[in-house]
Amino acid sequence: MKTTALHGLHVALGAKMTEFAGYDMPIVYSSITEEHLKVRNECGIFDVSHMGEICIRGDRATEFVDYIFTNDVASMHEHQVLYGMLLYETGGVVDDLLVYKFKDDHYLLVVNASNKDKDFEWVKSQNTFGCTVTNESDNFSEVALQGPYSETLLQTLTDSNLDDIAFFHFDTIIVSGEEVLVSRTGYTGEDGFEIYGRHDSIVSIWEILLEQGGDKILPIGLGARDTLRFEVNLPLYGNELDKDITPLESGYGFAVKLDAADFIGKDVLVKQKANKTTKRICGLELLDKGILRHGYKVYNGDEQVGYITTGYKSPSTGKTVALAMINRPHEKLGTSLEVEIRNKRKSVVVIKKKFYNKSYKK
Amino acid sequence: MSKVLERLYYTNSHEWVKVEDGFAYIGITDYAQKSLGEIVFVELPEEDDALEAGGELGAVESVKAASDILSPITGTVVMANDDLEDSPELLNEDPYENWIVKVDIEDKSELEELLNATEYKAISE
Repeated sequence: MKTTALHGLHVALGAKMTEFAGYDMPIVYSSITEEHLKVRNECGIFDVSHMGEICIRGDRATEFVDYIFTNDVASMHEHQVLYGMLLYETGGVVDDLLVYKFKDDHYLLVVNASNKDKDFEWVKSQNTFGCTVTNESDNFSEVALQGPYSETLLQTLTDSNLDDIAFFHFDTIIVSGEEVLVSRTGYTGEDGFEIYGRHDSIVSIWEILLEQGGDKILPIGLGARDTLRFEVNLPLYGNELDKDITPLESGYGFAVKLDAADFIGKDVLVKQKANKTTKRICGLELLDKGILRHGYKVYNGDEQVGYITTGYKSPSTGKTVALAMINRPHEKLGTSLEVEIRNKRKSVVVIKKKFYNKSYKK
Repeated sequence: MSKVLERLYYTNSHEWVKVEDGFAYIGITDYAQKSLGEIVFVELPEEDDALEAGGELGAVESVKAASDILSPITGTVVMANDDLEDSPELLNEDPYENWIVKVDIEDKSELEELLNATEYKAISE
């Protein structure tokens, strides 16, 4: 199994470790609920070094990235970040990712750990633009610092003014003597940063952030990473997104710009938009006792009308809620449905899928 | 290290059985609660439910996942511990004090098939 540069520190902190995307990763250090609430109220630091980084360079790099990416790359300015997807011709999702623009001829794609080899092969296979595509995943470590106290804490370690890094922008700055790329991005619905650099730089920054943050920071495992992103309806590939689901069906149409340049899969989405999708991700709340889990089936009477993509007892609200892919017309707010849990039917109702309000600094 | 009490019976799937006044009290072990992490829901059987040795008795759910609780023995449910409905975290706080179900034992000889404390220690370390 692969390990990140921070692996030894996780083990020393007493983390419970688990295999994820081929890496031995921390799932929880103390308690998922405690870690979750720390990020909502103060801040937390995550090892996300398992994420993949693909570099694209070339005179036609903008054109190339625009052709494979659902969002509007031509509109990007330098040091901007955009969220979007790579699609197959069918409109299904290869992966969701962040695109970092350095210059017109230089982009960085940050992709899911579980998909990075597949993504790299896919991007190379679509490269009819003469660009240079390199898999830089093993050259970088990455940590995410997330939560309302993140900026105050990170500012103590740098002379650069973090106010100058706007939401979904990045810069290369010196943090605690180390040159790193810092973007105001994340996967929690809170203000915060993602920090990329050489392995030894990131190890040193992880240690100093934990030390400097004192009782206002905790290391956060993959368990709370998932509950945090779930509460603010940020998708996870393999749950809300996959090769058989289009971004419109997932309800992430904001990341798809159908009026901008052509991209792979666009035709399917244009038709889907005109005819309305046949299914859609919505929110469910459990009215009976239990917990809704990924994969559970959703029924209207005897007919299966969908399935749970992610479900938890929300640590922030205490409610048992889920994201579910539901066939139309059962996705309307207030619709009563049933979920099968261990061979028993339980009542659910369709609710808004934002279970907790984001608090980004924009 | 996980706590294992003497004089209880254990299963490979990390349940315990205590026999008192002719009834069996069933719970999950310290090792089980530590592996699960914070328990947020316990699904209990109902009074008079028939349990089969190795069959499903209920479920415990942590933040992350659901796990079945298997009945170590055959019998009939006399009472479920309703406190766990509102306070599932009791299983984390004291897994041996907080039994899940009280059972009328059908066949006492099944108890001899279970693990003793020494045997259980060997698989739960």
